[in-house]
Amino acid sequence: MGVSSPGIETAADRCRRYRRHILDISQRGVVLHIAPAFSCLELVDAVYHELMRRDGDLPDTFILSKGHGCLSQYVILEDLGVLTAAHLEGYCKPGGMLGSHPDYGIPGIEASTGSLGHGLGLGVGMALADKVRGDDRQVFVVLSDGELQEGSVWEAMMLAPSLGITNLVALVDLNDFQSLGRTSETLPNFYPMKDKVEAFGWECREVNGHDSPAIVAAVKSRSGQKPMMVLGRTTKGKGVSYMENVPIWHYRSPSPEEYQQAIRELEAGR
Amino acid sequence: MRDHFARTMHEVGHKVKDVFIVVADISPAGSMAPFRADFPDRFINVGVAEQSMIGLCAGLALRGCRPFAYTIATFSIYRPFEQVRDDVCYHDLPVTIVGIGGGIAYSTLGGTHHAQEDVAVMSALPNMTVMAPCDPAETALATWAAVERNGPVYLRLGKAGEPDLTSNAPDPYVFGKVRRIRQGKDICILSYGPITKMAFDAAEIIERESGASVAIVSVHTLKPLDREGIARVLQQFSTVVVVEEHSPRGGLGGQVKEVAWESAARCRLTTLSLQDEFIHAFGSHAYLLGMHGLSVEAITKAVLAPVAR
Repeated sequence: MGVSSPGIETAADRCRRYRRHILDISQRGVVLHIAPAFSCLELVDAVYHELMRRDGDLPDTFILSKGHGCLSQYVILEDLGVLTAAHLEGYCKPGGMLGSHPDYGIPGIEASTGSLGHGLGLGVGMALADKVRGDDRQVFVVLSDGELQEGSVWEAMMLAPSLGITNLVALVDLNDFQSLGRTSETLPNFYPMKDKVEAFGWECREVNGHDSPAIVAAVKSRSGQKPMMVLGRTTKGKGVSYMENVPIWHYRSPSPEEYQQAIRELEAGR
Repeated sequence: MRDHFARTMHEVGHKVKDVFIVVADISPAGSMAPFRADFPDRFINVGVAEQSMIGLCAGLALRGCRPFAYTIATFSIYRPFEQVRDDVCYHDLPVTIVGIGGGIAYSTLGGTHHAQEDVAVMSALPNMTVMAPCDPAETALATWAAVERNGPVYLRLGKAGEPDLTSNAPDPYVFGKVRRIRQGKDICILSYGPITKMAFDAAEIIERESGASVAIVSVHTLKPLDREGIARVLQQFSTVVVVEEHSPRGGLGGQVKEVAWESAARCRLTTLSLQDEFIHAFGSHAYLLGMHGLSVEAITKAVLAPVAR
């Protein structure tokens, strides 16, 4: 359990509540992508609760480039009052608005994603518009480590610092898994990642991607002279023992028994 | 055409807020200079990185800007096809994608530079508008139409040095409407893009040899297609010929045949296009077109042959 004063919810408490909510949704229908939502949850939570300005005329922007992690975004948007319980009730159901990838036009969703390798390019364009207009806005993009295999990500990484963009923060969910196995085993020469990111002109910090204060501190410590990429080392399926690092949970939905076990593990704080 | 495009963009830059030109290392150097000089922050060269070019444009448009992406037609739409589809069309954003050298204008550069099927591919995308002006003046008008269109546009241009075809056009340019650009009453040639010049050359010969008068209609907007306007042409003329520098699949010819069927047209209808084959040859633009059966003689023959029979 996180260290908490009575009545004050820590990021750890909040993320536990979000995981539980995602598991609840899984019992109302077939749900894909629970494990990848669990791995990026603290990263997405940190952006919404600690890093981005969500009000005013020029709010910051969040793009979930790893669109398959969108359950994390949906439960947070509901918690913030941007989406309603009814929106989440309709998840992947006829007449509902929410599907397994974020769709532009849904409240709080600023870009449609799902095909990997698109979000960072969009983010660079938005950040450029802000820079040219002199608007004080930041753009946050969450990517997956499998997504870094898309060439378009590296085109965007090459471009952002070359355009002098500094108002862009990318956070990578480095859970070391892609559909068919470990990312580090699929393309071993691709690692380590940090030196490559820095070589492309970005400021880069590596953190435990489930340590909310560390994520926030890393982003807040940036120089502001370059775009920033935070590499968050994460565990796919984080928080539920049988999901952790087991590839099938990229797709599977828990049975009622598995659901009960998952809830028990979350409550026990593991 | 590219110079008229660049000059028009300079005007657009002064009149419309937040217009960007984003190129992937290809640009009409001289004619783009005034835009670059006046709007240095809004001329972006992303380098040889077309996915970035389109993604960046979509991001700019998500912030309310009006970006134009510009490079050789094959690179502007084929390499970044998924960015065109997902980032631009799925979000229904006002991004204009300019393809220069549409068709086989880059006739010495080989098949990798031939946009033979671009109209079909772009027309298949929901929300996409497809325009292919026939001469420099129409290019300027189409560029303004793209600015005014509040959604994705593919603007297919030729290269440079295309002749004027429309200064004496009987009809004005209206976005989304077919445009009569040469008066005639017996035969009508429907065309788009720079190959329309070939239709003018053929029209003179046909008139001289047969005495029939030949109208030419510029189908500068291919999507949305002016189906009513085409149906009227099919009703008014006894012979209608489609001439296009495009694959026989998914271009104008097949769609005119659809309209002919739906409107119970009774005219004689002939369609001339590139073949459904890549071109492994090099030479003048006319030489390559001729290899696929597109020439002044071929158009003339297609029109006059039945008369001689």
